[in-house]
Parts: sequence; structure tokens; C-alpha cells
Amino acid sequence: MTVEVSLRERARRGLDLDAGLTCRVLEAFIREELEKFGIQRAVIALSGGIDSAVSCALAARAFGPERVLAVLMPYRTSNPASRADAETLVDQLGIYSTLIEISASVDGLLGELDDDPSPLRRGNIMARARMIALYDQSEAFGGLVVGTSNKTELLLGYGTQFGDMASAVNPIGDLYKAQVRALAEALEIPRAIREKAPSADLWVGQSDEDELGFDYETADQALYLLIDEMYAAEDLIADGFEADLVHDLQRRVVRSQFKRRLPLIAKLSNRTIDRDFRYPRDWGR
Amino acid sequence: MHDFRLALAQIRPALGDLDRNLALHLDYVDRAAADGADVVVFPEQSLTGYFLSDLVPDVALPRDDARLDALREASRKLDVIFGFVEETTDHRFLPAAGYLHDGEFVHVHHKVYLVTYGLFDEARDLAGGGAVRAFDTRFGRKSMLICEDLWHPTTASIAAADGADVIYGLSSSPGRGVAGGTNELGSAETWRAMNRLYATLHVCYVVHCNRVGFEDGVNFWGGSEVVGPDGEVLVRAPDFEEALVFATLADAPLRRQRTRLPLRRDENVTLNGLEFARIAAQRHRLDDG
Repeated sequence: MTVEVSLRERARRGLDLDAGLTCRVLEAFIREELEKFGIQRAVIALSGGIDSAVSCALAARAFGPERVLAVLMPYRTSNPASRADAETLVDQLGIYSTLIEISASVDGLLGELDDDPSPLRRGNIMARARMIALYDQSEAFGGLVVGTSNKTELLLGYGTQFGDMASAVNPIGDLYKAQVRALAEALEIPRAIREKAPSADLWVGQSDEDELGFDYETADQALYLLIDEMYAAEDLIADGFEADLVHDLQRRVVRSQFKRRLPLIAKLSNRTIDRDFRYPRDWGR
Repeated sequence: MHDFRLALAQIRPALGDLDRNLALHLDYVDRAAADGADVVVFPEQSLTGYFLSDLVPDVALPRDDARLDALREASRKLDVIFGFVEETTDHRFLPAAGYLHDGEFVHVHHKVYLVTYGLFDEARDLAGGGAVRAFDTRFGRKSMLICEDLWHPTTASIAAADGADVIYGLSSSPGRGVAGGTNELGSAETWRAMNRLYATLHVCYVVHCNRVGFEDGVNFWGGSEVVGPDGEVLVRAPDFEEALVFATLADAPLRRQRTRLPLRRDENVTLNGLEFARIAAQRHRLDDG
């Protein structure tokens, strides 16, 4: 009998999710953390992808579908299939939705620039334009913004600061991509949404995995071992993970740390916000 | 031990709101009394909430504070075990478990093991206690421990050696670990194993009272339970939901189990004391360079 398992197998087991239990915690999380602010409504940017679909489904369970607003914000180059998938989900969940085209506002801003911005800059502008529309809808609908960034993208910094990373509460930020997929299945998210290749849909034909240069399954497993289980890079490499990939992942995590924190405040006083002035976010709630 | 009926108050305290939490306590005390309970137990920091950080000095109380008068009065109806942050006369703030009876504190335990790792940062804001004791109540000899105390098995050993028939564990245990296969949180699985192990090996009752609700996105999973001296779960509150559950803790099962399994009788307290004293002295010399 052999008891030792490979690290890859250990990661597979660790990433295996009790979806029912997780749903229960996350529904209560959305309900209780928003109710502390006297709010029982959620507003979510729905792209047609799996992450925002899961956030919508959890919010619909937390408050009932009539208290959830999905905001669809396509750009003119967005894949029409994304919008169709988003509309299918809206119908299935019975939640409210609104369509806000961002093409005019994004193109207006792009037209004011005196250079030709890179795809990265264009993507960031689109993400931040969506954030502006989303937070406006948050005020109009009387709901708080529920986030859609998963743990894999947060760790890799694969998101736009003050753009798609902006939210009041994020139910899926501690779930790796594979775990979001497992949750999506339990939540009966349509197969088309669950099975398509993940894409930020910032330009035609974009695929997350092509852009990142690795597949989510491997990234999830490596990140789980490095972050959650605190193995060293050498342990992963000895177990058969490709050295370049492991080092690339580590670099991405370190380089994107700033995105996961508030802006730095220059310390001058004896009690500086977030350094020695430390109150819980739920202070007075 | 005298038989008694225990109520476990699995509440959802409001963070940093003494007034609201006090009202919540009085409500549960009334409900427990109405159902014939002799003792009601609340979770760790039940009066204050848990992740306080800089709110600690705002909610800490000396034990003779007038704001505790209503709870003292309530303890004329039944014994009340509750969690708070005690401020000492020299202005240290200690996580505390108080045992009230007939308007007076019978005993106060201060959390010995502050937890300062992972998601916890207690030692920044709080001072730790320096004693683990059993104490006499009208229902026999008991002991109180707070959350992280129980992750150090020696505290339960001391409580048992000091004669506790019931170990009350007051917790604010964050839920974490959602891997498939067990149908329970990783943290719940560990706690249940610990409660059962302590009850079985110390041949006593273990009462674990945990809270529910969320603070800053962290969930507290509840699942409060009473485990009997044979390791059987006498009652268990639901996970994640507020609850008031009851159990009768009787002497007969203690006698029966201690007869079948005389681990307490055979525990060599002298050996433990001498060996720990030797190790402590050796470590002291080493630490001293």
C-alpha cells in the first residue's frame, strides 16, 4: 500500500469542492454582509462568462431574483455569443437586466488620445468604462456591486484595477477557476457558459489561456500548492511541474500584489489609516 | 456532579455593539429559563463580537461595570456563562469567559493562548491570561476554556486534572476548508474531533459553544455541541444558524464511564508536573543562552 501521493494529486483533492456547503456559505455571505449596510439588492456586471454567471446565481439565491440586477455592457467588438449567453442566464434565473453599450463612451475617450493605445490599454479603458456604468446602476437600483473576480485571476493580477476588480463584496474571490466551474455546475449554470473557453472578451478572439500562456487547470494546481499549502517552487518542480511556468506564476503573484491592496499612504502621524488605525470594515454595522 | 439542564445559546453577536448584544443575551437567558435550563452558555466574546482590532478599548469592561448589572440580575434565574473582554485596573484588555450565579461572578477565565497567526491578530490588541483552573459551582466542578486554548491539549488536561466534570469551550471559530468528501467544513471537522477526543480521554462532558454570522467576510459556523464522557454527541446545534439547544448533563454517565474506563484515576499528575517542570527549566536555561 502506498500512502504518498504526488503534489498534483494533492492539489486535485484540495481543489475538489463541496459545492453544496460552499453555496450555503456564499449565499449567507452576500445576504448578511449586504444587510449590514441595510441593503438587500445586488448589482452585477454580467459578461456571459462563468464567473459573473456564478455571482449572479448566488445573489439570486441570497435575495431572490427580483432583487438582482445584471448589467450587460458590450463593446462593439464584443463577441455576440457572450451577450446571448448572458441573456439566457438572465432568463433562467429570472433576474432583472439592463443593457448599456459602452462603445460610444469608450470610442469617445479613445478619440481624445493622440496615440494608438495598445490592446492592454484599450482593455483597461473598457473595464473602467464598465465600472463607471456599473456603479451608476448600483445607485439607481439601490444595490451594492457584487464582484466577479476569482482567486486565480486575483493572484495572477489578471484583471483591471478600479475596473473589473472593483466591487463592494466578492463571493468568489477565494475560489480558484476550477472551483468556480464546480460551483457553476451545482448552480445549474447553462452548459454553453460552463464549457466555453474563458475570455476577458476585450478584443476579437481573445482567450485567457492563450494570453496567459498556460492553462487554468495547471495554474490552479500550482497556485493552490504554492499559496494554500505553502509548498516551495522546488517542491512543485521536483513533482513534475514545468520550472518556467512555476517561476512565471510566482512572478505574477508578486508583481500584482499592489492590485490587491489599497493605495499606499505616506506615513506621517502616529495613527495612519490602515496601518495603525485598524478597524474592521464591518465597524458599526 | 449534580445533574443539570444546560442551554447552548448559539448567537450572532453584533460587532462592537455592547447594547445590542446585551439585549440579545437577556433574550436568550429568558428563553433558556422558560425552558427550564439551570445554566446557559454563550460563545467567545459573545458580548462584543470577535474581530475587534482597534474597537477593543471601546468594548472592554471591568467585571464590576454597571453595564453588566442586567446580566448579573439575570443570573439569579439561572447560571450564565458568557464571553467578554475584561479591562483590568492597570488597563490591560483580556478575552474573558465569566461564570455568573446569583448576581455574582463565580469565576472568570482569561484566554491563555491568544491566537496570532493566519487570519488572527489577537496579541496586537489583547493580553493573555496566565491560569487554567477548575472551579466549584452549585452543580459541581467545572472549567472554562476559550477557543485557541483548546488547540493546546494541555489546557484540557489541566482542567480535567483539577477535577472538572464539564469543560466549557467558548468559541468564535471561523469556518474554512470546503474540500469535498466530508460534507462539513474543515474547521468543523477538526473541532468535532477535538471535542470528542477530550470528552473520551478525560472522561468528562465537553460543551463547545460556537457563534454564527459574518464579520468582514469571515463566517462563523456554529455547530455547538455537548459531548458525553463516552464520546457520544448529546446535542448539536445546526451549522450557520442561530439556535438555542438543550441537554441534560447527568452524573450517572460519568460514574459508569469512569468505572469502565478509569483513565482519570490513573492519570499521573505528579509525573506530568515533574516532567513539565524539568522541561520548563531546561528551556529556560536554553532561552537564556
